[in-house]
Amino acid sequence: MANRVLSLLIVCQVLYSTIAFGSVLDIEKEDEEFSEELLLKPLPDRKVLAHFHFQSTAPPSTSFGRHHHLFPKPISQLVKKFRVKEMELSFTQGRWRYEQWGGFDPISSNNAKPPGVELWAVFDVPQSQVDASWKNLTHALSGLFCASINFLESSTTYSSPELAFRPDLGNLRYGTLPREAVCTENLTPWLKLLPCRDKAGLSALMDRPSIYRGFYHSQRLHLTLTGSGLEELDSGIVLEQTLTVVLQPSSWRTGKSYVDKAHSQPSWSISSIFGRKVGGKCVLAKSSNVYLQFEKGLVGELKNLQKENANPETNKLASKVFLSNLSFDLSVNPDKVFEEVDDFHSKSTSILYEFSVEKYNGSHPLDLGLTWKIPVVWSCQQAPLHASRFLMGSGNERGAIAIYLRSTELSEGLKKSDIVDQSCELRVNVFQVVPWYIKVYYHTLQVFVNQQSRAVADIMEKIHVSPSKDKTSPGVMELILKFPCGLESAALNLEFDKGFLHIDEYPPDANQGFDIPAAVISYPDFHASMHFSEDGSLDKSPMFSKFQEKSLVLSYTEILLVPLTTPDFSMPYNVITITCTVFALYFGSLLNVLQKRVGEEERFLKNNAGRKTGRLSQLLSKFSTKLRGKPREPQPSTAVSSSFVSFKLILKILLVAGIAICWQYYFG
Amino acid sequence: MAEMEAKKEEKHSKRSSFWVWVMASVVFRLILVYFHKNLNLSSRPEVSTPLTSIRRLAEGYWLKQSSMSPYAGSMYHGSPLLLSLIGPLTVQRIQGKPNYLLCSLLFVLADVVSAVLIRATGQKLQTAYSQSLKLLELDNLSRSSEILSSGDVAALVYLWNPFTIVACVGLSTSPIENLAIILSLYGACTRLPSLAAFGWVVATHLSLYPAILIIPLIFLLGYGLDAPPRKLFVKRTHGKGGDNPSSGSSCQQEELLIQIKLPLTFSWKPVMHFLFWASVWSVYVLALCSLSVKQKGGLWEMFKSTYGFILTVEDLSPNMGVLWYFFAEVFDFFRNFFLIVFHMNILFMILPLAIRLNHRPCFLAFVYIMISSMLKSYPSVGDSALCLGLFGLFIFELADMQFSFFLFSGYVGVSLLSPVMHNLWIWRGTGNANFYYATAMAFACFQIILVVQSTSAMLNHDRKLRKLYVTKP
Repeated sequence: MANRVLSLLIVCQVLYSTIAFGSVLDIEKEDEEFSEELLLKPLPDRKVLAHFHFQSTAPPSTSFGRHHHLFPKPISQLVKKFRVKEMELSFTQGRWRYEQWGGFDPISSNNAKPPGVELWAVFDVPQSQVDASWKNLTHALSGLFCASINFLESSTTYSSPELAFRPDLGNLRYGTLPREAVCTENLTPWLKLLPCRDKAGLSALMDRPSIYRGFYHSQRLHLTLTGSGLEELDSGIVLEQTLTVVLQPSSWRTGKSYVDKAHSQPSWSISSIFGRKVGGKCVLAKSSNVYLQFEKGLVGELKNLQKENANPETNKLASKVFLSNLSFDLSVNPDKVFEEVDDFHSKSTSILYEFSVEKYNGSHPLDLGLTWKIPVVWSCQQAPLHASRFLMGSGNERGAIAIYLRSTELSEGLKKSDIVDQSCELRVNVFQVVPWYIKVYYHTLQVFVNQQSRAVADIMEKIHVSPSKDKTSPGVMELILKFPCGLESAALNLEFDKGFLHIDEYPPDANQGFDIPAAVISYPDFHASMHFSEDGSLDKSPMFSKFQEKSLVLSYTEILLVPLTTPDFSMPYNVITITCTVFALYFGSLLNVLQKRVGEEERFLKNNAGRKTGRLSQLLSKFSTKLRGKPREPQPSTAVSSSFVSFKLILKILLVAGIAICWQYYFG
Repeated sequence: MAEMEAKKEEKHSKRSSFWVWVMASVVFRLILVYFHKNLNLSSRPEVSTPLTSIRRLAEGYWLKQSSMSPYAGSMYHGSPLLLSLIGPLTVQRIQGKPNYLLCSLLFVLADVVSAVLIRATGQKLQTAYSQSLKLLELDNLSRSSEILSSGDVAALVYLWNPFTIVACVGLSTSPIENLAIILSLYGACTRLPSLAAFGWVVATHLSLYPAILIIPLIFLLGYGLDAPPRKLFVKRTHGKGGDNPSSGSSCQQEELLIQIKLPLTFSWKPVMHFLFWASVWSVYVLALCSLSVKQKGGLWEMFKSTYGFILTVEDLSPNMGVLWYFFAEVFDFFRNFFLIVFHMNILFMILPLAIRLNHRPCFLAFVYIMISSMLKSYPSVGDSALCLGLFGLFIFELADMQFSFFLFSGYVGVSLLSPVMHNLWIWRGTGNANFYYATAMAFACFQIILVVQSTSAMLNHDRKLRKLYVTKP
């Protein structure tokens, strides 16, 4: 028996060691990798989305020690020092227009961010040390990115969501700085993390003026730990840097003059929107590709147009090449064409053209251009509900925050399809952080469904509120709502009082108002993902493997600007002196009344009167005796004194006059 | 006989007229309660301070109901007992009626009860005072029977004071606090140590500042009700006794003196009773509190967010007091110093006032209440209402107070100007904070003048009594 157990143990050990050895081999085989990709996508409102995706991976680094070939060292140090499990930092300018640019694809759910800085991080430390790690991390990032991320250190700015914002992640801290201005000074350190910086490869396209001219600009840094993560050195790091820009192409080539100018799409090329061309790949990059994506809606529309225009015989041979020939021209032939694999089996799927940069070099640059031949109108895929948020009320004393949800095409489709199923529900998570000086009364939460007031308990599945503490923590509200499918509109309403701050707590431009960070509305039942796996060649692309992951559909609402009353900043001294005077008045007069005694007072008055008369008479008698005895003595003394005074006075006047004359003489 | 009848009739009619006025005030309140939504009084800064606001109480109750500590945010700073008393009323809504109808009914009831207690206290005071004057043979000074008694006046002043009405209709919890204070005074006046202790403990628990009332309460129980200075009685017994030691009248007087327990000696027994009951009630109240906040935080958190909040003046939203703007502007490193100074200002005056006014404990209580309502960190109109109501108790003694017309017009002017300035600053944005602060300063000045003048008038009244007594043949 014992023998058997022993042998079993030995076998196990051997097995284990071989596995371990194999894994070690595997790890050693892996190398640090870098890849760059650019996705271009025409948007319905005559704009172009450019999405840069750079990914650096560092394998579990037992073999390399603390050195890296490609992976940015500061990031790996950051991860090791603060034991960050996952982190996302985004700098954004402009607002993502969910209605025009889509709200149901991986790009919008991952890269549409609220204006300013947003940072969230998950730590692999005990609960008690999370806040300390967060503080250190904010300071480190602030130095790294030349931004005021260190303001997120104060406990009034960050929160720890539990229900509605990425609930499965554990020790999460979330903070935003809505008013952070984003500019090149933030982009440059971000580019420094890339192995080729912006000197070669796709990042060379980032011409600052053309990027910052865009309608939306979001630079994002996402890092995750791969592997077991049990030990510090046992895990690799994946650093994903994306830059999402929405640009308005200037009319690059005056094409045919369409009858309907409004529907005509502008033609563009890489050089027209960025002012530069792709002059070859970054040599350090493993792969370097440019993609052009046509969305589902656009493809469907193009097919329809084609059916109308073309005769039925050619329609049979409807291929992608044909499609391209009829309605638009690509200046460069794509290397590969992919079609999306759709789970829903809808009639049209989005199409992706791949252009490999490897073929091009400085003398023969890639300048992908798209020329439209016919006007086309389409719309993007929408999130189930369109969320907006606004303030109600006037004056500087109180107000109300309203979140308004309106149904879009998608939820209308849901309504139609599930009309038989009565128990159909639409779940919506709301996560809202409110600074402490906005004192929200959570008991005033009202819910209106289809413009009718409903009891909160009917709609609410779960609620988690941590009310704000003055000068300590912000108010966090997390709701999981459950709406019926026939929802047309829903509104949430919360009343608040505006707080009054100490003069030091106001920012320099106090009268501009204070920002309430964007609320996050997410739909836990909906996930955005894109599959282009026809031959599996796209699986190697980090960007598309990212797109294939199911990402939660979420949208950010507007940032609210709340004006608060200001005290008079110019008169702290006046206030202090006046208030203290009133206190002194109270204290003095009351004490005076209390210690006064009438009897003594009368005596005192009598005494005083007696003394006065006595002194006066004494003086008079003295004076009279003096006048009588030595009549001349007092007079000369007064004369001397008076002459002395006048002499002094004359001297002073002369001095001043002399200075004035000198002044006039030298400087006049 | 007929005269007696007429007097009785007159008294009866007076009493009935009092109750008519009380009913009228209740009806007036109910009418205002019905238009509560239009008046929007509950969000006025003069009415609802962070301590007394009903909306904050409703928020605390909501937090408690959703199994959180009511002190989790910095919204609610009141007592947990008030939460379980009024909290359920804030939630219950009757269809078609104003939102907080049940609460307002409770506050109206509290107001009426306080008025009745003030009246009873006033009557006690008056009878005791006229007795002691009779003893000093200064009967001509007590002319109470001719007009309305001071108790009635005080009760009606309390009921019909616009401040009280606004505080009641505006749903601040100050009527309850006032009721507790008045209850303790009434208990002390009727020599019920347990009742006095109960009122004192509850009032202290609700708003901390009534803690200083322990001195007048002890004087009331030890020496008895307000009376002319004790020296006069001493002089009287000694002087008259020296004149004709064997006369029967003086013996009679002394008997009477003992009979009505004139405040010549300090009787420790009721004071001991009071202290005993106070400790019993405070243990009881603390036990109840700890029961209701046991799950979350416990007593320490309660003290921190009630008393701590009062003492550290964390909330800088504007109110009628002088401290909010001061602490919004003062430099941070002076903050603690000034906090200590301002709170010491209340405490500093306790001892001199107690020494000078120890023969008039009720008036002493009035002065203490006035001072704390003026210098407290979050004053509201409810506190001023209580002061003015108690002021009515001493109208005969304070008849020759100076500046009374000036004060009256000042009060009226400030209470009209302050909402205007607030509107200009907060709603219209045409004024600034200094406008509203100026009215707060003016109000503080008027209150200071009222305190100082009433104290000096009372001391002058004592002097007059002494003079009359000395010059009396």
